[in-house]
Amino acid sequence: MFLRTALALCLSATVATADVSVEIHYLRQEIEQPPVLSNLDPIPADLGLRGAELAVTENITTGRFLGQTYAMEVTTVPPGGDLAAAARSALAHTDLIVLDAPAEALLAVADLPEAANALIFNAAAPDDSLRGADCRANLLHSLPSNAMRTDALAQFLVKRRWDDLALIEGTHPDDIAFADALRTSLTKFGLRLRSEKTWAFDADMRRTASQEVPLFTQGLRDHDILLIADEIHDFGRYIAYNTWEPRPVAGSEGLVPVTWSDVVEQWGAAQLQSRFDKLAGRPMRSRDYAAWAAVRSIGEAVTRTNSGDTATLRAFLLGPDFELAGFKGRPMSYRNWNGQLRQPIPLVTDRALVAQAPLEGFLHQTSELDTLGQDRPDSACTAFLN
Amino acid sequence: MLLLGKNTQKSILSAGLAACLLGGPAQAEEIWISNEKDDTISVIDVETLEVIRTLPTGERPRGIVFSHDYSVLYICASDSDTVQVMDPVTGEILHDLPSGEDPEQFVLHPDDRHLYIANEDDAITTVVDVVSRTVVAQIDVGIEPEGMAVSPDGKYVITTSETTNMAHWIDTQTQELVANTLVDSRPRHAEFTKNGSQLWVSAEIGGTLSVFDVETKAKEVTLEFAIKGVHPDRVQPVGFEFTADEKTAFVALGPANHVAVVNADTYEVEDYILVGRRVWHMAFNADKSLLFTTNGVSGDVTVIDVAKRESIKTIKVGRFPWGAALRP
Repeated sequence: MFLRTALALCLSATVATADVSVEIHYLRQEIEQPPVLSNLDPIPADLGLRGAELAVTENITTGRFLGQTYAMEVTTVPPGGDLAAAARSALAHTDLIVLDAPAEALLAVADLPEAANALIFNAAAPDDSLRGADCRANLLHSLPSNAMRTDALAQFLVKRRWDDLALIEGTHPDDIAFADALRTSLTKFGLRLRSEKTWAFDADMRRTASQEVPLFTQGLRDHDILLIADEIHDFGRYIAYNTWEPRPVAGSEGLVPVTWSDVVEQWGAAQLQSRFDKLAGRPMRSRDYAAWAAVRSIGEAVTRTNSGDTATLRAFLLGPDFELAGFKGRPMSYRNWNGQLRQPIPLVTDRALVAQAPLEGFLHQTSELDTLGQDRPDSACTAFLN
Repeated sequence: MLLLGKNTQKSILSAGLAACLLGGPAQAEEIWISNEKDDTISVIDVETLEVIRTLPTGERPRGIVFSHDYSVLYICASDSDTVQVMDPVTGEILHDLPSGEDPEQFVLHPDDRHLYIANEDDAITTVVDVVSRTVVAQIDVGIEPEGMAVSPDGKYVITTSETTNMAHWIDTQTQELVANTLVDSRPRHAEFTKNGSQLWVSAEIGGTLSVFDVETKAKEVTLEFAIKGVHPDRVQPVGFEFTADEKTAFVALGPANHVAVVNADTYEVEDYILVGRRVWHMAFNADKSLLFTTNGVSGDVTVIDVAKRESIKTIKVGRFPWGAALRP
C-alpha cells in the first residue's frame, strides 16, 4: 500500500499515466416548453449541459495529478424521440449517466435491464416521488426536490414569523407539484395557508396586470406574504406590486428558494460563477449547478477511491466519507436512504441572497441539511434498504 | 537611482513626523490588515490596539506580506489582477508587479526576491521576481489555488488547490511540481513547522488539519475539531499560525467563530477561544505574546492574549478583513 502510494506520487509528478479512465454520458431529453406570457427570459438551449462540461474540466485537472482521466459524451434526444434507445447505446459504453429528463422518462431509463448496474444522476427532475415511492437504487439526485426548496422557504417564514399565507397557483403540472410541496411544507412547519386561488386567465398580462391582479387578489384573507406557484414562469412576474394588499411575494417569484443563482457569491462561490461564465458566456442557473454537482460527485468519488468501478463509486458516494465542496458553505453528501444530495438552499431575489436554509435554529439529529425535504422516517423509498 | 534617493528622503521625513506626532519611539509595532470589501488596509498600533491609519489599495486586497527588511508591503489586489508594492511609511503604491490573473495569496521566498502567487481563477501558481519585476515561471496546479507556504530552507513551495483538494509541491530550483498530495475538501492554508520537517494543511469543508512529513510527503495525522454547541459543518479551519516555540498552533475555524489552540506535539486540541464572526487569518506581534485574527463577517480584529488564551479586545476595521501581517 505504501509502495503503491509512493509510486503514484512519482508518476503524477512526472507524467500522468491513465490508471483510471472514467467515461460519463450526459443524456438529455429535450421537451417542448409551454408558451409563457413574457419573452424576457428565454431558457438557454445548453441549460444543464454547461454545468456538466465545467465539472468535467475540473475533474480532468484533478485527475491529471493522479493518473485519472475523464471523458464525457453527450446525446440529445429531440422531443418525442426514443430516449430508451439512446440510453441503451450509452449504457453499452459506460455505467455513469447524467440524465436530464422529466420524471417519467427518467424512470424508464433507470428501469432498463441494461441499467441494472448503472449509476444514474438525476440532474433535472424535482419530483418528490422520485425520492419517495418511485426511488431507484441506481438513481441519485443532484437536483434538490421540490420539498427541499419549499421547506427552505417555510423555514424562512417561520423565522420571520410570517405565519399567515395566501397562495396563487398555476395550472401547469410543474406549478401544481410545486404548490403541493408548498402546502406540505407549510403544514410541516406549522404555518397557516389561509386562502388559495388558481391562476387560469388567458389574457396577456403585460397589458392588463395592473387591472386584473388587484381584483384577483382582493378576496384573499389577511396574509403576511403571498406565495406564487408558477414554475414555468408564466404569470408570476406580473403579481408583485399589483396586489390588493401591499404584500411581498415568494415561491416561484419574489423571494425564491433555488438550487443556485448568480447572486450567490459567498463561500468561494464567486470563483465557480466566474469559471462558469467564462465557459458558457452566461450566468450559472440551478439546472447547470445540478449537472455540475453530479459530475463533480463522480470526480470526487474517483479521486478518493482511485477507482472507476461503478459499484465502488456508488458505495463511496453513499458512504460516510463522501463530501462535496459545493460552494454553499457546508459539505454536501448523499442521503443513503434515497439517493438525494443534501445541500443548502439559497433564498434569493433577483439582486441578492436573502438567506440560506437550513436556517439557524432548525436542528436535526443527523444533519441540519436533513431539515430540508422528506426525512428518513417519512420516506416511502425502500430501494436503498440493503 | 535618483528616484530611490527621493523616496528614501521622503520616508525619513514622514517617519520623523509620525514619531513627533505620537511622541513615542520612532517606530511602534503595527499589525496590517487587508479589508477585502473596502479596498483598504487598516493599520493597528500594537501598543494602543487602535487603528491609526487606513490606506487605500487596489480592488479586493487579500494576501499581504512585507519584504524581509519591511521596506515594502506586497498586496494581492485580486480584482485589479495585480500585486501592488506599497511604501509602508507613506502608504503610497510604488508600482505594480505582474501577477497573473486574480492573485489571492502568496509567499515570499527566503531569498526575499521571489514571490509565489496563487492565481485563483487560472489554476496557476505564478513566480515573480520582485527586483526585475518579471514573471519567472508559471506552474499549472489544481483548480482554485489558494494556500501558499515555503519551507524554511526555500527548497519547496506549496500551493493548495481548493477544488482539486491537493497540496502541490513545487521544487523552487526547477519551478516544477515534484508531488501532489490529496488532502480533505477545500484546503485553504499551509505552513511548514518543526524546522521544515512538517507541513500542515487546513481543509475548510473537510473540517480538518492534515500534518505531512516533508521527507516522505506522507500524511502523518489528521486533526479534527469539535466545539460544544457548534454544528460540525460550521467548523471550517482556515488560517493558522505557530507560537515561537512551535509547540502550539492557533487555528482559525471560520464560521464557527472560534480559534482552536492545538498542541503541536500531541495534536490534541487544548482550547477554543471565542472571536469575531468568520475568523479567517491571523498574525502575531513581534514577541508573539498577542495574536490578531481577522473576522470577515463582523468586520473586526480580535486580539488574543497568547499566554492566557483569551480574547482581550475587538478592534473595528474595514469590511471583510482578510489578511494580516506584522510590521515590527
